[in-house]
Amino acid sequence: MRMPKQSRLCGISLCFHSALTTALVLIFLVLSGSQRANALPAFARKYGLRCSACHETWPILNNFGLKFRDNGYQIMNDHDAPIWQNPGYWPVTFRITPIWHRVSAVSDVDTYQNVGATLPFGTTALQRITTTGFDLSGLDFHTGGTLEKNISFYVLPSSDPTAAFHFETVMGRFDNLFGSPWLNIKMGRFELNNLLSEKRMVGLTGNGGIYQTYHFIPQADGNIFGQMGDNQLGMEYVGHSYDDRTRISAALLSSADGNVNLTFGNAYSGFFTFDQGVDMGKLGVDRLGFYAFVGQASTYFRTSGGAPIAGSGLGNKGFSRVGFTGQFYFGPHFDVNVVTQHGNDNAWFGQGYGNAIATDGNGGVTCTGPQLTPGCPPNNTPGTVLPAGAQAPIWNGVTVESRYVYSPQLIFIAVYEAERMSQQANGAGCATSLACFGTNGTYTNGQSTSNLGNINNYDFIIRYNPFMTNRAGMALQSEFNIFHQIGTGATSPITGVNTNLNSSELLLGLDFDF
Amino acid sequence: MRRNWMKWSLWVVAVVVLSLPVASWAQLTTQDIAARDNMEAHVGNLTGHANSGQAKYDYRRYCVGCHGDLGDGNGEVAQWLDPPMWPKPRDFQLGIFKCRSTPTGTLPTDQDLYDAISRGFDRSAMPIWNVFTKQQRVDLVAFVKHFSPRFVSEKPGTPIQIPPEPEVTADRVKNGREIFARVQCWKCHGVTGQANGPSASTLQDDLGRPIAAFNFTEGARPKCGSTDQDIYRIFMTGLDGTPMPSFADNIKPDEAWDLVFYLRTLMAQPSKEKDIARQLGLKPVSPNP
Repeated sequence: MRMPKQSRLCGISLCFHSALTTALVLIFLVLSGSQRANALPAFARKYGLRCSACHETWPILNNFGLKFRDNGYQIMNDHDAPIWQNPGYWPVTFRITPIWHRVSAVSDVDTYQNVGATLPFGTTALQRITTTGFDLSGLDFHTGGTLEKNISFYVLPSSDPTAAFHFETVMGRFDNLFGSPWLNIKMGRFELNNLLSEKRMVGLTGNGGIYQTYHFIPQADGNIFGQMGDNQLGMEYVGHSYDDRTRISAALLSSADGNVNLTFGNAYSGFFTFDQGVDMGKLGVDRLGFYAFVGQASTYFRTSGGAPIAGSGLGNKGFSRVGFTGQFYFGPHFDVNVVTQHGNDNAWFGQGYGNAIATDGNGGVTCTGPQLTPGCPPNNTPGTVLPAGAQAPIWNGVTVESRYVYSPQLIFIAVYEAERMSQQANGAGCATSLACFGTNGTYTNGQSTSNLGNINNYDFIIRYNPFMTNRAGMALQSEFNIFHQIGTGATSPITGVNTNLNSSELLLGLDFDF
Repeated sequence: MRRNWMKWSLWVVAVVVLSLPVASWAQLTTQDIAARDNMEAHVGNLTGHANSGQAKYDYRRYCVGCHGDLGDGNGEVAQWLDPPMWPKPRDFQLGIFKCRSTPTGTLPTDQDLYDAISRGFDRSAMPIWNVFTKQQRVDLVAFVKHFSPRFVSEKPGTPIQIPPEPEVTADRVKNGREIFARVQCWKCHGVTGQANGPSASTLQDDLGRPIAAFNFTEGARPKCGSTDQDIYRIFMTGLDGTPMPSFADNIKPDEAWDLVFYLRTLMAQPSKEKDIARQLGLKPVSPNP
């Protein structure tokens, strides 16, 4: 009679001990496993450095990371050439981010007569549509490193969330020519030498994942070629001092916004930067610089059957983007990064000319019909004249990104961006938007409001790296974005005027690379 | 069943008892290091503090991966560095440093440590940290020092005196060659400076890890600096913790300059000394004179 009870007691004890042992073993395995992942991000793996050595938070570069990049992905310790690496070393890292997000924006939606009706009632109303769900970012395969001492490469095949691939970055570079850090050349498709790098930003939301200042295009403007956030095709000279305090660059680019296959015409642009780091003692190394993006792009394409011919661009017109850059450290935990912009497009661009081919952004062409086919931008064919009152669109913008680095593993980021039109392509004589602006892209009296297209963008990020080794990178990210643009929202069914675009996005993501 | 329970309990007790000394040692080490938190460093008119937030932050961000939380050279990366190609990270607790301006066996000056951080170490995983502000580097010097009790109980050595560099002549280069043979530099560095001397393959550091002699011919920078003064300093102070001894007792200061000139003839970089050696038709020293 006692046996069952005794057995039961012993069973509980054994179960407890077994469970405890199993838990301890599991904890041990998990902890030891997390310290010894068998692959690692390409450069950390090569040099045995933690990701925090080069990144303020991965993938944002700190000053040491900037110097590493400026030296052609070398730390200049005579072990940079691949001959020093284990033969099994393969410099590949991939990055993808599973996310959950909540997107909210106002649309002009059909209204229904009653519940169960299958057809619209015939009217529409502005309504906010909010969608939540799990999602994916695109996938990046980073591979880069040295082919030989001072000869390096970077190749980045990248896909959108549906696995449609393109080459985001492809370049070869020659560094420290004649033993001088002032002589470095690269050629291919690459990110412009922006001090505040868009390709290394941590924002993942639709509007927080880009810098608006780097992509701003006035409403109905056809110049897609001045987007300094897009990787561009060309050749770049970079020079820097031995300690990387002084940096200078000059790039000659095809005016193609990075599109391959000579889609546009014989037009080039130049991107020039200079920045100087200053030793601010306990504050850190602060930087101040400027950039200028000036160039020309085609506005007229030869046609065949009325459809523009890719690569036949003529009628080059000018554009410019100039501004200051600043990177200000206030001790080890807080820094503020600023980019300003003064933008100017030729009046022809302001009227929508420039991208008559209507590329899809990756070398493909979406406009194959004759001119004025719906969806096809206008073409500045001979005899075309500018409408009365047309003028060069001019604007100013600023991006302010503040970072509080509690520790290398936990960072808080706040981004504010403002884009302000100072001269509209169609003049600014209207008292109200209703008076001068009809449906999207249609100017009822030839003029638009002075603030049409203005942007306010806010992005807030908390990013936590639960572990930090040189083996792999992982971050848990929460982000909230608010985007506001004047006059580019849904058209009001009552007034016929475009409303302001107000959208927001909440995102929780698991950002990792390996 | 009860016996099983007792067996399990004994195992748990045994593990706990055995782990106590380890835990106590780690605790003592941590407390010991923390007691030196007020360590200072002085370079020029700058003063660095080990207990400054900047020093702790920078060490944790940039250094801890190799040198470890306790400065013992056992960071998570250390296991992936295979000497002699990739030397293991320095154990700061030992207070033994290769690159010094002070005599062998003594502590380096704060300036020596500052220079090491700023210069980095070629042919190792230690980068050039000259992107830091000067204040950051001096703070890090203080932080590095606070790991070792030697910096509390001992003063740094007095930097050796380096006489002014004489004019290089053919006689001096030839004399340098004789010194190279006399003090048997070739045993490790090889007669042509290719690090292939008869002892090269047997070299170990003080901790018994393989270490490579410096190869003069492949264009690399010497670890402790590449100026003539740096090279002079290297063999007159020695690289503590390595088989490279100090020759301060074997070579007179004037002779030391002759040796510097001869070593320049072995290096890949073009130099006046190489031109002279070429004109003289200088042959490598003979291992069997």
